[in-house]
Amino acid sequence: MFSAFLLILKRDLLLAMRRRSEIFTVLFFFIVVISLFPLGISTEDQLLKQIAPGVVWVAALLASTLALDRLFSDDYEDGTLEQMTLTPVSLPIVVLAKMIAHWLLTGLPLVLISPLVGLFYHLPFESIKVMMLVLLLGTPVLSMLGAIAAALTLGLRGGGVLVSLLVLPLYIPVLVYGAGAISTSMVEGLSIQPYVLLLSAFMLLAIIFSPWATAAAIKISIE
Amino acid sequence: MMLEVKNLTCTRGDRELFSDLSFKLENSQLMRLEGTNGSGKTTLLRTLCGLFLADEGEILWDGVEIKKQDEAFRKELLYLGHQNAIKSDLTAYENLKLNCLMSGINVSQEQLMDALDTIGLFAFEDFPVRTLSQGQKRRVALAKLLLSKAKLWILDEPFVALDAAAVEQLQSIIAKHVESGGGVILTTHQEVPLTSGELVRISLNKEKTSHV
Repeated sequence: MFSAFLLILKRDLLLAMRRRSEIFTVLFFFIVVISLFPLGISTEDQLLKQIAPGVVWVAALLASTLALDRLFSDDYEDGTLEQMTLTPVSLPIVVLAKMIAHWLLTGLPLVLISPLVGLFYHLPFESIKVMMLVLLLGTPVLSMLGAIAAALTLGLRGGGVLVSLLVLPLYIPVLVYGAGAISTSMVEGLSIQPYVLLLSAFMLLAIIFSPWATAAAIKISIE
Repeated sequence: MMLEVKNLTCTRGDRELFSDLSFKLENSQLMRLEGTNGSGKTTLLRTLCGLFLADEGEILWDGVEIKKQDEAFRKELLYLGHQNAIKSDLTAYENLKLNCLMSGINVSQEQLMDALDTIGLFAFEDFPVRTLSQGQKRRVALAKLLLSKAKLWILDEPFVALDAAAVEQLQSIIAKHVESGGGVILTTHQEVPLTSGELVRISLNKEKTSHV
């Protein structure tokens, strides 16, 4: 079962490597959205520090919805997804592997590029570390919740927009606690621990439940 | 006995495709599904795989409902639909390898190359599939038949896009599978000559089963 998991993971990474442009699209979208705010609002560092946590998270949410559309749709259209449901491997395992591959390609790059954002917004070093930590905990949740919506909208016309509408409200808790942690880190004497614990709890819940929900959604979509 | 279908009824939207359909597929039998366009051939095949849920009726594999055995049934099943289920960015070799591994078939590099050569893709193994023709793409998908250990093959229009030589070859692959005790259900407008085994025809037009 683990070998099947690795197989799907490797396959998705291999496919992405053959089409590198798609990974960079998400990353550049994230960077561009973030650099628009200082241009449009103000370059005053006090203000930028204040809006940075929200801006980073909103940009991350939008960037991750941008990539969701492709998570299953390619495999759906060429019949591979159908074949995957017919393999002896159970579907939630396949789905989990695809989600993790998706996160490695779209979520992890955001985490790695985020120190750059910290520089744009004059964030202190301590806050940059916190930002990377909460993005590391939060972006997998985005990929996993997003996968459910992506599976539900497979084969629908205008599915891409529908995914955003379905999934953005579900992202709100991650947004609130993720941005909250970064803001809190800039205030002397407050602990970020509750935020980190809550985000970890979200991630664990998502890892456990979303593969089953997504697998069920895929079965409905394929029919 | 391998596959048994009891009183199967399927509807798509409000339209009833077939109702009260019953048949059996034994070892070494080839079943040819006939019917006009829109008569529900593909839906029936997908229902047999478990991809589509029937409104009524049962599908039994070795006497047990397929819903209840899930993985055990899927190990014995090879389904080839209208779509080739191959990735255009990967090479023919990579596609076949992944398809086999995902179905739990462990194959060596040699076996994979042999299968691709046999199916007529010699010297095309390392090209991205996107550069191949429709017929060649179909052949990549069909190469899996040569390596599969599944007992039951369900093939939806397997001859589409193939040239005369490939059609002949596929016919012999199917005949060989039937000869070795496997079962095949297919939809096609092509005759499949058998060297041994039994040919069963089912027509969805008048909801009538007849043996030939």
